Amino acid sequence: MSGIDIAPGLHVNSHRFREARGPDWDRLETLLDRVEAGRAGSLSDEDLFELPVLYRATLSSLSVARETSLDADLVAYLESLSTRAYFLLYGVHSPLWRRALAFLADELPAAVRGMWRETLVSLAITVAGAVAAYMLVRSDPSWFFGIVPSNMIGGRDPSASVATLTEALHHKLAADDHLSAFAAELFVNNASVALFAFALGFAFAVPTVLLLIYNGCMLGAMLAVFIPKGLGWEFAAWLSIHGTTEMFAIILAGAAGMRIGIATAFPGRQARLASAVSAGRSAAFVMLGVVGMLVIAGLLEGLGRQLVDNSLSRALIGGAALLFWLVYYYLKPANSRKARKLE
Amino acid sequence: MTFDRLEREFVTSEGIDLRLRLGRVGERAVALIIDCAIIYGVLLIFTLLAQFAFLSSKGAGQEATYVIWLIGSFLLRIGYFTAFELGMRGATPGKRLTKLRVVARDGGRLTGEAVVARNALRELEFFVPLTIFFSLLSSVGESDGGALLTVLAAFVTVAIFALFPLFNRDNLRVGDLLAGTWVVRQPRRQLGHTVGQRRQGAADFVFTEAQLDAYGEYELQRLEEVLRREDYESLLVVSRAIRRRIGWTGGGDELEFLQAYYTALCLRLERNMLFGKRRADKHSKA
Repeated sequence: MSGIDIAPGLHVNSHRFREARGPDWDRLETLLDRVEAGRAGSLSDEDLFELPVLYRATLSSLSVARETSLDADLVAYLESLSTRAYFLLYGVHSPLWRRALAFLADELPAAVRGMWRETLVSLAITVAGAVAAYMLVRSDPSWFFGIVPSNMIGGRDPSASVATLTEALHHKLAADDHLSAFAAELFVNNASVALFAFALGFAFAVPTVLLLIYNGCMLGAMLAVFIPKGLGWEFAAWLSIHGTTEMFAIILAGAAGMRIGIATAFPGRQARLASAVSAGRSAAFVMLGVVGMLVIAGLLEGLGRQLVDNSLSRALIGGAALLFWLVYYYLKPANSRKARKLE
Repeated sequence: MTFDRLEREFVTSEGIDLRLRLGRVGERAVALIIDCAIIYGVLLIFTLLAQFAFLSSKGAGQEATYVIWLIGSFLLRIGYFTAFELGMRGATPGKRLTKLRVVARDGGRLTGEAVVARNALRELEFFVPLTIFFSLLSSVGESDGGALLTVLAAFVTVAIFALFPLFNRDNLRVGDLLAGTWVVRQPRRQLGHTVGQRRQGAADFVFTEAQLDAYGEYELQRLEEVLRREDYESLLVVSRAIRRRIGWTGGGDELEFLQAYYTALCLRLERNMLFGKRRADKHSKA
């Protein structure tokens, strides 16, 4: 058997291949570097036309290299370059501020609108909880202590006098009151409740429903303290200044949780996980809106309620806030394609 | 070809499989630690600024600090991850340093709602229970069993969520699972030189077919690695092993011998490859 000599100048496939195609890869790499560094604006029209062409050329190099070359370094390099280009070309999106604008203008209202059934159910559950707690406390005041946690009572229990209760509603501002700290605390507390109502939806929405019932119960129990004393209107005004925004937010969070719970429990034709994923995405949009609403509610509660000490103004502010949310979510004309797609 | 447990098929619309490698749990943990360090570093700077601004009134400074840590940490945590992952790189600074990026599992574009969903859930699966855990930890000693139970519950919650990536094939966090995303490792590579080139004036090596049949593609690529590394000791070891196996009696410089053998083997295997004959390693039939 004759020996095989390697003539000088005879190279392995990858060497010739690198020489022929290398310049294209270098060019693609430079363009990618520029885009990734945030200088996409510096690309000329020519560069922009070239980018997809170079990407396809690199992909074709990769498949040729895989079939004809045993140079592992070359294949790994081409894989990494093609992947980078793929995610850049197929993952492009508009700048952050424009997406934020689109989110506020179309996507958030559309996502909330698409969840109207769950929202109604969520509202009904809260109201049912409130009515039940109201009746319970009216028939037997000791129920109150079973429903409202002790740290939230602060003297506002069924045995309190009218004067104490009025005092609690028109709490005078002391000089050393830390208003902003108070507002911050309320916000974090409410945000956690809302996030849990949403996240617990994955357990087939059972904990979400319980949380909503409990939230309603607290409202009902409080009402049962104030209404018999003739302070119903005052209390409603006191609560509504931030409560309309806050309750709305928690109801929406509950609706988002329910949407996911229903999707997980009854996936229909989809696989269970795929169904949860698609529900989870639109629900996440709603949750972003909920967090925004809670920021506003926290501000209204911490600052507005302490500074505005007149039942009528309080009710007006609360009513205006509620009207704003209703118009924004349900009546604002939806025009974009994106919004329709989401529903 | 080696198969990584974390390697996944990923076919582009052009029909080419790009073979993504998912991020390891350790890499992702390191990325998270870096990101947390950045977030809390920023908060610390804000706190110092606030203290400095309210130097005259002590109460206001304390209150500002309190607000910064309550709201600032909450908003910054959500905003930081979301804003960076929506950017061109699809990665936070921590992920960039560990060469990771977030991509959609279906290969499509990474949408805004997916990023929001995976980061909203990060808050729930990690930060909120952790905050509860630490805030109640201090009150365990003095008070009733209620606090202890809550701390325990928070701990279990964190543990379940934090360990979740260890118990599924794709290293998915709960947030990834529901947002339809996964985290892949995407290192940048520089193209090395071809290793088969021979220096001018190097001695000629002639190998018989039997000598070239000794190895397959796997060994060829390991040899390529050794040649790239140019570490003298491993060159020596490999060269000896090859000489013994193919029964090489001729002399020659170690490096030149290995380069020549690599080139000859590569040419032969690549030619066979074009005829549809592949040989995975030395154990398969020649």
